[in-house]
Amino acid sequence: MKHLRSIDELGLDGLTGLLQLTDHMAEINQRPVPKVPALRGRTVASLFFEDSTRTRLSFETAAKRLSADTMTFNVSTSSVNKGESLRDTVATITDMGVDAFVVRHKSVGIPWQISQWTTASIINAGDGAHQHPTQALVDCYTIREATHAQNFSGMKIAIVGDIKHSRVARSNIQAFTLLGANVVLVAPPTLLPPDVSHWPVSVSHKLDEIIDKVDVLYMLRLQSERMAQGHVPTLREYSEQYGLTQKRVLALKSDAIVMHPGPMNRGVEMQIDPSDVKNSLIHRQVANGVSVRMAVLFELLGSGSSLGGQA
Amino acid sequence: MSKSIVIKGGTVINRSSQEVADVKIENDCVVEVGKNLKGDIQLDASGCIVSSGFVDLHAHLREPGKEEAETIETGSRAGALGGYTALVAMPNTDPPQDSVAVIDFVREQGKRAGLVDVVPSGCITLGRQGESLAPMAELANAGVTLFTDDGNGVQDAALMRRALEYAKGLGITLAQHCEVAELTKGAVMNECSCCTDLGLPGWPSIAEELMVFRDIELVRITGASMHFLHLSTMRSVELVRAAKRDGLAITAEVTPHHLSLTQELLSSYNPVFKVNPPLRSIDDIRALKAGLLDGTIDAIATDHAPHPRRDKEMSLDMAPPGMLGLETALGVVLAEGGCEIRDVVALMSWNPAKIARIDAEHGRDVVAGIKANLCVFDPQLTWSVDPERLASKSINTPYVGRTLRGRVRHTMFKGTATVIDGQAQK
Repeated sequence: MKHLRSIDELGLDGLTGLLQLTDHMAEINQRPVPKVPALRGRTVASLFFEDSTRTRLSFETAAKRLSADTMTFNVSTSSVNKGESLRDTVATITDMGVDAFVVRHKSVGIPWQISQWTTASIINAGDGAHQHPTQALVDCYTIREATHAQNFSGMKIAIVGDIKHSRVARSNIQAFTLLGANVVLVAPPTLLPPDVSHWPVSVSHKLDEIIDKVDVLYMLRLQSERMAQGHVPTLREYSEQYGLTQKRVLALKSDAIVMHPGPMNRGVEMQIDPSDVKNSLIHRQVANGVSVRMAVLFELLGSGSSLGGQA
Repeated sequence: MSKSIVIKGGTVINRSSQEVADVKIENDCVVEVGKNLKGDIQLDASGCIVSSGFVDLHAHLREPGKEEAETIETGSRAGALGGYTALVAMPNTDPPQDSVAVIDFVREQGKRAGLVDVVPSGCITLGRQGESLAPMAELANAGVTLFTDDGNGVQDAALMRRALEYAKGLGITLAQHCEVAELTKGAVMNECSCCTDLGLPGWPSIAEELMVFRDIELVRITGASMHFLHLSTMRSVELVRAAKRDGLAITAEVTPHHLSLTQELLSSYNPVFKVNPPLRSIDDIRALKAGLLDGTIDAIATDHAPHPRRDKEMSLDMAPPGMLGLETALGVVLAEGGCEIRDVVALMSWNPAKIARIDAEHGRDVVAGIKANLCVFDPQLTWSVDPERLASKSINTPYVGRTLRGRVRHTMFKGTATVIDGQAQK
């Protein structure tokens, strides 16, 4: 595997392979010294053109635990602000000797464009509303960890909220359905893409109609700018229709799981403290982020080398 | 007296005839069409079609303002290589073509290049801002016959009504870029299942069709004449078909790319396929082709839109829309347009010359006495595009890797060969 740009590109075998590799990484992360020399001499550059806390930090932590060198490209102090084109920026960093770029950009397709301009591997850490494949890997791994299920067949997963503008939703729909889950999208029509008839999912506009039937309730973040764009009249109305309230928590099946990719909008889609939910996996999602990204980096850059030994 | 030229052995296509004949040119005119003609210079046309030169109703020549992308000279050369003898220059220049000074400049630059007639269009509104009318009478007196805010549709229905009323008095034609802007904010591609997958904001068909409908009704109450630019959807074709049935003075064009390329190409993430209006579905393509065949669509126009390489290396959402067209139009239309050669000549020469009101010198039957604006093309020759070898200053052609059929061999502009054997002569 050369790049990780979308779940589609990864396929079922690639997806399950990475989930299995993540188990090894999780084991390393539990050692007293969670560090192995697997990627010694390799360099990973983070190219974040959009704000990120957890994704960027978990990639950098993952690279360090595999003994790779890291380079962080800070857009606010970079030549991009002096008018340098993205292509020139990528070429310049490539010339310094980089094995992988971790890229986040507000524009759809940037990871594919960049991969034409460099010989390095590209890892998509989020492109516009398109794909965020490592988040989907984290979420699949987290569900697998909690349920001990090797695949998700027979599992009903609801993704609730702003599907239209969500790269997390697009990657997760692909990943969950590849693993056999029944996915239901829950949102007002204004927060759904114009045509989802070709997606292998069902659609509901009423959270209360499906809440007692799902095994996983996956809540998405609602950005406040969606109101200005007229997608929802008010946050209060959205929150009433689609937010997770105490009443809705009680309606969940007793073993149902609650997830959220973060950052949460408390008082909007999350009207309760996640710690009030018995089966919230939100903290596990963050914790697993490092192991999953170690697996991705090792898969792309670790050709031939073994995972063993101490750094 | 300059040397005479004879175009030997081609099939001359006229409105009511089609025969193998030689065409003799002296000075700037055709002097004889017949058998076994002799001249000082002979241009072989065996296996080729000889027709009036092509007329493009829709070329962005970028000068003044964006000479990095194209100049009037390089655009004219690209046009000549594509078989064109006249190009209507779109007014979204910087400054825009809303004053006599800019109109005169564009026309003069065209004469200086001397490769095609550069026919400047004028703006409908000042600065293409959609707020107040441009001095259309002044521009009309300076020879402008076609007015458009292309790149923008005129959003304000009251202003568009006034523009049509005013235009009627001047005997000019308004050309609309049909796009209701509120429906296309941030849009990158057609609203379709593919844009759902990509998470890109969609440009719905209805944004075009609403304005087509509005303007048809405005034409109905004003009695003005109207040309629709680059129609791209099935329902637009239906609306125009019905309007023509009602006898309204409406004409319409489609581009070669809307006849040959579909929305799915955007999933390559290559901004070369970003264009406005966007590439649509295969059903839309079928409807546009049906419109060509039944006369609903009058012209094929390129919407030639050069952009410098760095602009098309931006992301899909940031890259400007538009693609090259002048040098590939004929090859695309013959390969994929689904029409007879005679229809192609009508759509690319006879009809657009009339719409641009330059039919005194362009789009004429090839007979003795006409201005020698001619195109000689091989309708069977297959070829592929090398973007680095295009005469255009830019390389944003979407046809890399596709086989085109039909290529211009010679182009005659006012009696001078601007292209011989596919090579530009200056």
